[in-house]
Amino acid sequence: MESKKTLPGTPIAGAEWDNEVYSFRKHSVQLRYAWDAGSAVSGFLEGLKEGRILGRRCNRCMRVLVPPRAFCERCFRSTDEWVEVKDTGKINTYSVSYVNNDASRRDKPLIVAVIEIDEASPGMGFLHVLGEVEPSKVHVDMKVKAVWKPRDERVGAITDIKYFKPLEV
Amino acid sequence: MRRVAVVGAGMTLFRHRMLETGKEMAFEASRMALDQAGLDIKDVDSVVLGSAPDAFDGVHMKGEYLLDGAGGTCKPYTRVYVGGGTGVFVPIAAWWQVASGVADIVLVVGEEKMSPLLPHPQYAFWSIFDPILERPLGVTLLWIFSLEMRRYMHVYNVKEEDIALVAVKNKRNALDHPAAQLAANITVDDVLKSEPICWPVKRLDVSPTSDGAAAVVLASEDVARRITDDPVWITGVGWNVDSTYWTNRDLCYPEYLEKAANMAYRMAHISDPKKEIDFAEVYDPFDYKELHHMEGLQLARRGEAPKLTREGVTQRDGDLPINPSGGLLGVGNPIAAAGMMKIAEVFWQLRGEAGKRQVKKPVRRGLAQAWGDLMQVGTVVIMER
Amino acid sequence: MTKVAIIGVGYSGYAPLTPHMSFKEMMFEAAKRAYTDAGINPRTDVGSFICCEEDLWEGISITDEYVPDQLGGAQRAVCTVSDDGLVGLINGYMQIKSGLADVVVVESHSKLSNVLSQGDVSSMSFEPYYERPFLTVETAVALEMRRYMFDRELGDDIPAMVVAKNKKNGLGNPRAPYSAILSMDEVLSSPMVCEPLRKAHIPEPADGCAVTVLASEEKARILVDQPVWIRGVGWFSDTPWVSQRDFSKAVYAEGSSKMAYKMAGVNTPAKHFDFVEVDDSYGYKELQHLEALGVYTKENIKRAVEVSETDLRGPLPVNPSGGKISLGDMVEANGLVRVVEAVLTLRGQGPRSLRGAKHALVQSWRGPPTASGSTVILEV
Ligand SMILES: [Zn+2]
Repeated sequence: MESKKTLPGTPIAGAEWDNEVYSFRKHSVQLRYAWDAGSAVSGFLEGLKEGRILGRRCNRCMRVLVPPRAFCERCFRSTDEWVEVKDTGKINTYSVSYVNNDASRRDKPLIVAVIEIDEASPGMGFLHVLGEVEPSKVHVDMKVKAVWKPRDERVGAITDIKYFKPLEV
Repeated sequence: MRRVAVVGAGMTLFRHRMLETGKEMAFEASRMALDQAGLDIKDVDSVVLGSAPDAFDGVHMKGEYLLDGAGGTCKPYTRVYVGGGTGVFVPIAAWWQVASGVADIVLVVGEEKMSPLLPHPQYAFWSIFDPILERPLGVTLLWIFSLEMRRYMHVYNVKEEDIALVAVKNKRNALDHPAAQLAANITVDDVLKSEPICWPVKRLDVSPTSDGAAAVVLASEDVARRITDDPVWITGVGWNVDSTYWTNRDLCYPEYLEKAANMAYRMAHISDPKKEIDFAEVYDPFDYKELHHMEGLQLARRGEAPKLTREGVTQRDGDLPINPSGGLLGVGNPIAAAGMMKIAEVFWQLRGEAGKRQVKKPVRRGLAQAWGDLMQVGTVVIMER
Repeated sequence: MTKVAIIGVGYSGYAPLTPHMSFKEMMFEAAKRAYTDAGINPRTDVGSFICCEEDLWEGISITDEYVPDQLGGAQRAVCTVSDDGLVGLINGYMQIKSGLADVVVVESHSKLSNVLSQGDVSSMSFEPYYERPFLTVETAVALEMRRYMFDRELGDDIPAMVVAKNKKNGLGNPRAPYSAILSMDEVLSSPMVCEPLRKAHIPEPADGCAVTVLASEEKARILVDQPVWIRGVGWFSDTPWVSQRDFSKAVYAEGSSKMAYKMAGVNTPAKHFDFVEVDDSYGYKELQHLEALGVYTKENIKRAVEVSETDLRGPLPVNPSGGKISLGDMVEANGLVRVVEAVLTLRGQGPRSLRGAKHALVQSWRGPPTASGSTVILEV
C-alpha cells in the first residue's frame, strides 16, 4: 500500500464542477408515496387531532409505549390497550440546528429535542422542536409542555403539536 | 466452520467529487485488491457489494447497476445493506460464503458516490426518517448526531474540548494516507471555533461527504496458503441492530454495539478486549462517535474514552492506537467504502504494509467496526496474523 | 457440515391493497404465523434475521432501520440483503452451514400499493446515461420477448396459454388474489402495451409479506415433524446492460441452477422434480426459465405447452400455486412467496394432486430490468 503513491481516481475541483467542465446528465424526479399508517400510528394521529397524546400498553412487560405500536418488540406480542398520557415531559437531550435538511443555513436556529413523555414508561418519548425559549436556557431534564395548534387547524399529524415550551421560567 | 483469510485490498482516492462513475470506482478498487492478491476476476467465485442509500446516485436497485464495475458479471453476485454499518458488514456476508464452503474466493466491494444528489448529499438523509412521525418536522441527520452527542456529554460529563481531540488526532493521522480527503494539522481551538452546524456539532467535528470505493479479497484456508505467505485471518464477526424507536432508548451508550462486539469476541475467543485487541479502526463519522464506540466495544470503560484520548493512549504510538488510518474524519466518508477502508487498513497494518501510518507497537490482532441506521446498528470484524 | 431445513413459513397480505395495516403490522402478522408454525420464540431461539427489500420500493432510505421490532429482532443480528427474498434465504442457508447460527429467519415484503410513482421508480433502475433516456420496463421486456419468441418460433398463442394456465392454477390457491378463469383469446384481446407485450401478460402489483424459518438439522429434528430440506442453492447475474444480453436465454437462471444442481447432485433435472415453481412474468418468462433450468429444452418447450404437460395434472406441474400471474407481483418478496407455496405443497397442504410430492425446485428472477436470479432445491 505505501508503495502505491498514486491511488486511482480523478477528483473534480469545485470550479471545474461549477463551470460544468465535465459532462453529466441531469434527472429530476419527484417520487410520490402514500404510506399506510396502520392501526397504532393511525390511533396516535387521531389522538393528536383531539389534542391528546396516546400510547399503547403491553400487559406482559407493563410498558406504555410512546409513540404507540401494535406490537411489543421486547415480548413479541400484540400490545393490549390504549393509554392516554400527559402532554408534558422532560428533555432527554437537545440540540440547536443551524442548517436545513439540504445542508443550507437556516435564517433562525431551531432547537430540537427528544422529550420523555410523562406517564409513558421511563425513557419513552419522541422527537420534536422547542419554542418560547432561548437556546442558552435549555437544559437536559428541563420540564416541557406541548403547545397545540388551534383545534380547527389540527389535521392528525405530528405537527399538530406546534412545539414544546418550558413549564418553568 | 472453515477458516477465512483476507488476501488483498485496494481503494481509490476519497474525494468530495470524482469524475469516475460508481461502476468505474468499484472497478478501480476491485482491480487493485485482485492485483495485491495475485488473482484474476476469473478466479473469483462470488462477489458481494455494499453501498448505502440509492438516493445518492439516483439509481434504484443500485446493486444491479454497479454489478459489472464490481466484477459481478456472470457470477453469483449480491448486495447487502445495514445503513452506515454496511462497510464492515460486506466482508461479514462474504465470510459466511467462504466459511460455509459455498465459495472459495469472494471479492468484497464497498462503493459510494454521494455527489450526484442535488442540491446536497445530506438531503438523502431526510428520507431515512419515519415518514409520518419524523419527516414532517424537517429532521436532518445532523439532529440525531447532535442529540446523541449532547446526551453522551451530559451523562458522562464530557467536555467539547475532549471530543475535539479526536478530530485533531484523526485529521493528523490522515496526513500519511494517500487517499485522504481532509487530512490537516489542526488544533482543539480550531475545532471549537469552527462554524456551529447543529450545536454541539461544529464543522470540524464532522466527516465530509465523499465519493470513493474500496475492496478486499477473501479466500478459504487452502487457497490462501497457496497464494500468499502472509494471510490475515478473520477470526471474529458480529453485528446487531437495535429497535427502530431511537427516541425510546438512552443514547449515552450503544448497547447494540456491545452485543455485536460480544458476538465477535466470543467467536475469536477474546475475554478481555482491552488487553487482547492491539489496535482498532472504529467508526468516526463524528469525533464523539470514536469515544462512544470505544466504550461500546469495551476498549474503554463507560465515560473513560475521553481520558484515554487525552492521555495519548489512542495515538499511533500509544498503547491502544485508534484509527491510525486517519478515519472518516481525515480520510473521508464515502459510507460503505469508508467501512471497507477500515477493513483494508487493519489488513495493511497487520501485514506491516501501512508505511508511515504503521503503528509503533508490534500488532497481531486488530478490529474494524462500523455503525449506522438510526443510531442502531453495530458491525464488527476481528482480524489476526 | 450440517444440513439445513425450512421449519416454518408464514404470510400476510397477498392483496392488491392492504390499507388496514402498516408494513410493520403486515410483517408482524406473517412473522407470528411463521414462528407458531416452527414452534419457536424469536426473542430466544433465533441467531439471525435477514430481510430483503429495496429503499425506493419502500419510500424509505436505509429501510432496514424499520424492520427489527416487528420480527422480534430488536438487539439481535439483523441485516438486509438487497435482493430477491430467495437470495435472502440462500444467505440464511449459508449462515447456518457456516456454524454462525442454528436458526435463521428470512423475511421479505411488498407494499407496492403505497408506491404511487411505480413507473418513476422503475425508470430509475436503468443505467442513467445510455439506457434511462429511452428505455422503460415495458420496452425492455418487449424487446426480449420479441427475440425469444422469434428464436423459438412461438406464436402469440403460446405465452397466452401460460398466462391462462397460471390464472387457473391460482383458483385452487386461497392465497392467490389474481386467479381467474381466463381464456387464451381473452389474453390475446387485452390491450397492447408494447408489442408483443399485452396488459394481460403483466403480473399485477400486490402487497404481501412472506417469512420463513430455517434451522440446522439438529434443531430441525427437535422442533418439527416435517422439515423441508434445502438440498442445493444457487444465485447468478448476467450483464446489467440490457442491450448486451442474449435475449433468447435466461443466463442467470442457467447459472444459478447449475450451481444448485451441483450442490444437490441433480444430474437429470428434467426427471428429478415432482413440481417446479418458476418466475412466470409475461408468460414467456416461464418458458425461458424452464429451458435455462434444463427442465425442458429449446426443442421441446413449445410442445410441452401445446400438449399441456406443465398443467396441474400434467407430468410436470409448473407453478401449481398460480405463479406471479395469480399471486401478484410482490417485487423483492416474489421468490420467498414461492418458497412458502412450495413448502406447503411438499407438506401436503397444497393442491390435492400433488400430495406425496417429494422434490421441488423454486426459481426466481429479480424482475425487469435486471438479469439476476436464484434457484433453490427442496426435498422432504
Ligand atoms: Zn412487552
